[in-house]
Amino acid sequence: MQFLLTTSKRVFYAIVLLVAVLVLNFSLMHLAPGDVADTISQSMGGADQELLDQIRADYGLDQPFIVQLGRYIGGVLTLDLGFSFFYNMPVTELILQRLPATLLLVLSAQLLALIVGVLLGVMSARKPNGITSHFVTFLALFGYSAPVFWTGILLLIGFSLKFQIFPVAGMQDVTIEGGFWVHAKDIFMHLMLPMTTLASIFLALYSRLSRATMMEVLGSDYVRTAKAKGLTQRQVVYKHALKNALSPVITLAGLQFSAVISGAVLVETVFSWPGLGTLAFQSIIARDTPTILGILFFSALVVIVGNLLTDMALRLVDPRLRGR
Amino acid sequence: MAPLLTVENLRIELTTRDGVAPVIDDLSLNLNAGETLSFVGESGCGKSMTALALMGLLPEKVGRVAAGKIIFDGEDLTQASPQRLREIRGNDISMIFQEPMTSLNPVFSVGEQIAEAIRAHQNLSRKAAWDKAVELLDAVRIPNPKGRAVDYPFQMSGGQRQRAMIAMALACEPKLLIADEPTTALDVTVQAQIFDLLTDLQKQSGAAIILITHDMGAVAEMARDVIVMYAGRKAEYGPVDAIIEHPRHPYTQGLISCVPHIVSDMSEERPDLVEVPGIVPSLKDFGRDECLFASRCAHRTEQCLAERPPEKPFAGGQLADCWHAEEL
Repeated sequence: MQFLLTTSKRVFYAIVLLVAVLVLNFSLMHLAPGDVADTISQSMGGADQELLDQIRADYGLDQPFIVQLGRYIGGVLTLDLGFSFFYNMPVTELILQRLPATLLLVLSAQLLALIVGVLLGVMSARKPNGITSHFVTFLALFGYSAPVFWTGILLLIGFSLKFQIFPVAGMQDVTIEGGFWVHAKDIFMHLMLPMTTLASIFLALYSRLSRATMMEVLGSDYVRTAKAKGLTQRQVVYKHALKNALSPVITLAGLQFSAVISGAVLVETVFSWPGLGTLAFQSIIARDTPTILGILFFSALVVIVGNLLTDMALRLVDPRLRGR
Repeated sequence: MAPLLTVENLRIELTTRDGVAPVIDDLSLNLNAGETLSFVGESGCGKSMTALALMGLLPEKVGRVAAGKIIFDGEDLTQASPQRLREIRGNDISMIFQEPMTSLNPVFSVGEQIAEAIRAHQNLSRKAAWDKAVELLDAVRIPNPKGRAVDYPFQMSGGQRQRAMIAMALACEPKLLIADEPTTALDVTVQAQIFDLLTDLQKQSGAAIILITHDMGAVAEMARDVIVMYAGRKAEYGPVDAIIEHPRHPYTQGLISCVPHIVSDMSEERPDLVEVPGIVPSLKDFGRDECLFASRCAHRTEQCLAERPPEKPFAGGQLADCWHAEEL
């Protein structure tokens, strides 16, 4: 009951935040010089004032700012994000087409980074001067300092060109035929390199943090109690210590969620992954304002949902947070 | 009957930045089943190290048993494999720690933590272990044990947490219970309750108790024998009554005179509290061939600084390591 109440409170705050993001995005876009009419007329090879006015009237751009904002928000509430003149289709439809690919990439990269990062962190915390520990330190430094597009290109050269294990680009091979599992395997092979690339930065962060918190936790009184009970090493480390060390890592993972999404823009571009990142990149080049706004809205939505999930995960791990 | 626990000439060394220091130096003791032995001394005298050595939980790579034997129930624990020690821990020997606030894992419910101790050593189902955990909480006098078992440590008071710790330590009916300053972090009124509880539970289960404390009052009430530790060495060892009646070591005398007495008649003049001047020497001086207490002692002579004092026996089994024990 308490859980439901706090969760619904969070959801309410999240909606308020989302509306604020919406207003801010729209206002910022409005402040930028030039509008859709300019872009359209440019693509037509120029237009006279009369035609420009006509376009502005069609798109409602002649209305006062506040009316435009109201219309936009009203539209968003009914899931209508406007019409993309560049792609010639409704923005909502366009984004929903691309969203699954991005979600797949972002979630799998985040999951990979978390699992491998935490495991490496735990292993190196148990033997702070061992080989694993030095390896983790090196990996963290490397992963964090190497630019993500460079890592991506390097992996491409290594595992797609030199050793032709993984496909170079895209998400699916359209020539492939077969049942569900054949396609799933195909997507998985395409996913490997972009996922690893995107995970590399965050893996570094998570492994360092879990190493540090794990070392602290392993020296705590309750770990000594767990040993005194006669539990096995594995129970002591992976049950008693790890559950306590997870909270900071989950918090960081939640905070990094937005960074993962912005990292995805670069990774998607490098690997021609057909997700929101590629779409964002193209629509910025094309100055396709409704699409950009729509993508910003969806990114905000994903980040907010990510934070909600983080909150819930933290409550699951730490009973002390449940009452609040 | 052979004693439950015999420690012979135990020496524990800690590797520190200044070299190897003997935190326990030539310690011997006997403890029979059902009896209580108390360790007293200031902080840093090696009391807790002795307890950890008995549990096989000396800090890894830092502490080690350098010499001597720990014979528990006929088995030398210094030679036992890590696997065997794990079987003994929490089952035959268990321990209650000083800090109930931090000694329970904050993210598991109290019932889970007790049930886990049971399941580590007994082949019980989850349900059966849980039921036993509830029984144990009842045995340590936590009201509404069924309801409290699902509580997390942060929902309990310090006294309740220490009770839960005791329940956990008693879960497998150990033959030896080590209580490392079990009441130091608690209110005075709660302290008395915890000591009562320990005494009652000991009567029921017949477990031997090693009580580590610096509360001479608790020693007098709980223990049969007492070991006064100073700087990793035994200062005095023997029956509590004899030692309180006539302490032979100046350090024991100092500790006893530190205990405040309540004056029955308030108009009576209160005697000043006595303190033992100075502090325990630092670890790097622990190995010296001299009386380590000499720098703080009023009875110091040349001999005390030249040679480590021998163990001198007195009537009733009292042993004192002091050059001047006879005169005191």
